[in-house]
Amino acid sequence: MSKNKSEYLINRHDNQYEVVIGLEVHAQVTSESKLFSTSATKFGAEPNTQVSLVDAAFPGMLPVINEYCVKQAIKTGIGLKAKINKRSVFDRKNYFYADLPQGYQISQFKDPIVGEGKVILDMPDGQKEVGIERLHLEQDAGKSIHDLDPKNTFVDLNRSGVALMEIVSKPDLRSPDEVNAYIKKLRSIMRYLGTCDGNMQEGSLRADVNVSVRKKGSKEFGTRCEIKNVNSIKFMQMAIEYEANRQVDLIEDGQTIHQETRLFDTKKNETRSMRSKEDAHDYRYFPDPDLLPLEVSDDFIENLKSEIPELPDEKKKRFIEKFKLSPYDANILVSDIETSNYFENVIKKSDVKLATNWIIGELFAALNEKNLEITESPISAGNLSKLINLIKDGTISGKIAKTVFEQMMEGDKDPKKIVEEKGLKQESDPKALEALIDKVIDDNRDKATEYKSGKVKLFGFFVGQVMKVSGGKANPQLVNEILKKKL
Amino acid sequence: MSDITKQSLSELVENIKSKKLSSSDVTKAFVERSEKSKELNTYITEDYANALNKAKKFDEKPNLDLKLPGIPMAVKDLFCTRDLRTTAGSKILNNFVPTYESTVTQNIWNEGAILMGKLNCDEFAMGSSNETSFFGNVQNPIDKNLVPGGSSGGSSSAVAAQLTPITIGTDTGGSIRQPASFTGTVGLKPTYGSCSRYGIVAFASSLDQAGPMAQNVRDCALLQEVISTYDEKDSTSIDFKRNEYSKELTKDIKGKKIGIPKEYRVDGMPKEIEDLWKKGIEYAKDCGAEIIDISLPHTNYALPTYYIVAPAEASSNLARYDGVKYGFRAEGENLIDMYEKTRSEGFGAEVQRRIMIGTYVLSSGYYDAYYLKAQKVRKLIKNDFDEAYKKVDAILTPSTPSSAFKIGEKTNDPVSMYLNDIFTVPVNLAGLPGISIPAGHDAKGYPLGLQIIGKAFDEQNILNIAYAMEEKINFKNNITDWWIK
Repeated sequence: MSKNKSEYLINRHDNQYEVVIGLEVHAQVTSESKLFSTSATKFGAEPNTQVSLVDAAFPGMLPVINEYCVKQAIKTGIGLKAKINKRSVFDRKNYFYADLPQGYQISQFKDPIVGEGKVILDMPDGQKEVGIERLHLEQDAGKSIHDLDPKNTFVDLNRSGVALMEIVSKPDLRSPDEVNAYIKKLRSIMRYLGTCDGNMQEGSLRADVNVSVRKKGSKEFGTRCEIKNVNSIKFMQMAIEYEANRQVDLIEDGQTIHQETRLFDTKKNETRSMRSKEDAHDYRYFPDPDLLPLEVSDDFIENLKSEIPELPDEKKKRFIEKFKLSPYDANILVSDIETSNYFENVIKKSDVKLATNWIIGELFAALNEKNLEITESPISAGNLSKLINLIKDGTISGKIAKTVFEQMMEGDKDPKKIVEEKGLKQESDPKALEALIDKVIDDNRDKATEYKSGKVKLFGFFVGQVMKVSGGKANPQLVNEILKKKL
Repeated sequence: MSDITKQSLSELVENIKSKKLSSSDVTKAFVERSEKSKELNTYITEDYANALNKAKKFDEKPNLDLKLPGIPMAVKDLFCTRDLRTTAGSKILNNFVPTYESTVTQNIWNEGAILMGKLNCDEFAMGSSNETSFFGNVQNPIDKNLVPGGSSGGSSSAVAAQLTPITIGTDTGGSIRQPASFTGTVGLKPTYGSCSRYGIVAFASSLDQAGPMAQNVRDCALLQEVISTYDEKDSTSIDFKRNEYSKELTKDIKGKKIGIPKEYRVDGMPKEIEDLWKKGIEYAKDCGAEIIDISLPHTNYALPTYYIVAPAEASSNLARYDGVKYGFRAEGENLIDMYEKTRSEGFGAEVQRRIMIGTYVLSSGYYDAYYLKAQKVRKLIKNDFDEAYKKVDAILTPSTPSSAFKIGEKTNDPVSMYLNDIFTVPVNLAGLPGISIPAGHDAKGYPLGLQIIGKAFDEQNILNIAYAMEEKINFKNNITDWWIK
């Protein structure tokens, strides 16, 4: 373990506590239809318009596995560098609830489709590996709506039967920051693979968070509490912070922690007990007799492997090696597939270093300000590439480029046209510049004398004056050269 | 033709094809007889007017190439039928009208048959006497106040009383073969995976199989040919080459090796069952079969294994009947209260008993000792059969340990009721085909059946053996129409 300043510890009196976190992430599989039926899965449809007889558990209805969802789960497993189990089993998890039409959820309990894997996190103080315990496929439940009527609960079954991947990490995470990095990395990998859109607002990605604390240096795990169904990274971090401190307080107070399931109240920023271990549901898991064990061949898996795109870790490595990017820049550019695609499109025809700086700097800031995703960028990769080439070949200065960029943000215009229309082309003709410079020196005789007598700081003044007179269009490099000679 | 209802399916098909009878003639005859037979309580839902209309339509444009041209029939009320109430014999589905059709019944209508109504059965097919039905007892046409067996008791009674020429039942632990045996009719439980379970109200998914019930082996073979299809909508449906069972039917079973399992000589088995079995062996020999003694060592464990596996699956399968989406709902103070009231009032005692057994054996701490152990024993039972089939082509046993009993005789003793399934249950656990054929009478004149068990997918072979033995046995059902005034 690193002993650096980024280590997350909770201090009480003379004791230091380490926080141990494990996540069960529920990721909605990107697929047209549900895990065991042909109903559509579109988000935001009118209630109960995407429900088949199977989803509503009518008598005699039977589940039939959706092969596409199986492929998606295996692809995700490959992306997590995990063991793919050629034989997995669907079990029934039995419990009663109004939005669970079958009275059981079809899930995988003993034999999941994906076994152990790992995820690499890039933390400020280096890389960290987080173990994946397993990934299994399961059905989502419907949605109970309690606030439409004072007495009745309404049920929307559109989500009932939608395929989820439950991705269980090992208890390897140690801080809210690591949780943030883990979720983002997981999301990034799945978006690269196209297996989950990772949209947390729409509930495509949510997590149960297991938290325990232990005295620093201790090898034993503390008693854990599970915080159910947290649907944003910020809330996860807040919940962990609250929960870890609550547990430390209990220990410091000489009390014991009871294993239990807790809820995070986002309004009060606190976790509350939902049910204790003793009250835990007995789900009576058993293999679903309506479904045969799921068996996949080596060929099936190999075919899917050949469909796997370059993933963030590999892409980062390539960016560093091939384009000489710094690890920091590479990390930012590969964090999501759209950004990396954009970047690679820009550098097809333009300078890598300039492109990196312009994307990470100007473009990200501008998009951020307008609250846009990279896919919604008003500036296409092609036009950004043109802009960079205009800078590179000296047609415009970096400063002018910023003006052009601002105009491009208003609508995807060809930067060449903007430069032409507005006459922003850089003045690089030495003769013309000499004339300009002569005039500036002439107008400021006294300052020129001061400069010559040793006040070298005045050089900047002359550059500024030349730029001002030229309306910012003078080639700064040439201005420097000529000024030095003339002064 | 005055005695239409006395005709077998094969005769009716022939008469319709040769235009000696119309579908309307036949349908009218069975509807009339059904209407006169209300005392048997075989029907839960009658659909006579529709049936007569459909028959009329069929006659207007008869397609005589079909396998069941214009043949009327009633089916067990466990099969979902589009636009016709489907109750599974339960109050909880008392008002349930499916918008869809089970694959098995669809196959039947596709071959030209016409639905007359839905037949009584034990609630969710849980019972051996049809006494657990919310819709009341069914009378066995053999004698007043005699049970018709179960759970397909309405089906067996209807075929024996000639209210329908043929029917279909479902068999989870003997629910086709035992009632067939009790009523002097023929019933086939096909190989697991032969008939689609799509649209059949589930009892125990890994055991449930639909199958034909008829007056003779040939009719049974024809109906099996119609209902058995591979179905993508049922993940446990098996894609194997299905015979044209009725066309390939033969009485030539010379040299077939038939096994006699010594473990089926159970303690306390009535002498008349023992005698029937001996007679069966003689008939088989007469047909040219070779008799071989075999052992199925785990037979004793079949019944307890069944009464763990079946209730476990049932407890989960029946969770969907919760008053939320369809069927009966009792109002409650809150969700839990509504669940409790709905399920307490909606399910009968036997169903509740099995839900409780199933819930218990799946509970954490008991799962390994019961459910997991039962699955292991189930494998051993299947291995027994695999071993035996290295030496024989089929196995001959009695269908039931006794003849039909009186209504009410065993209702207070569930265990003695469960013992009814002792010879049929191992077949379901092993997923094999089994057929019960009538083979004699006991001292009271009640029918007794013999069971022929086959290898998986070998329905043709046991149908052939049954066909050959049927001729030798020459069984006559003694039905007096006592219920018709």
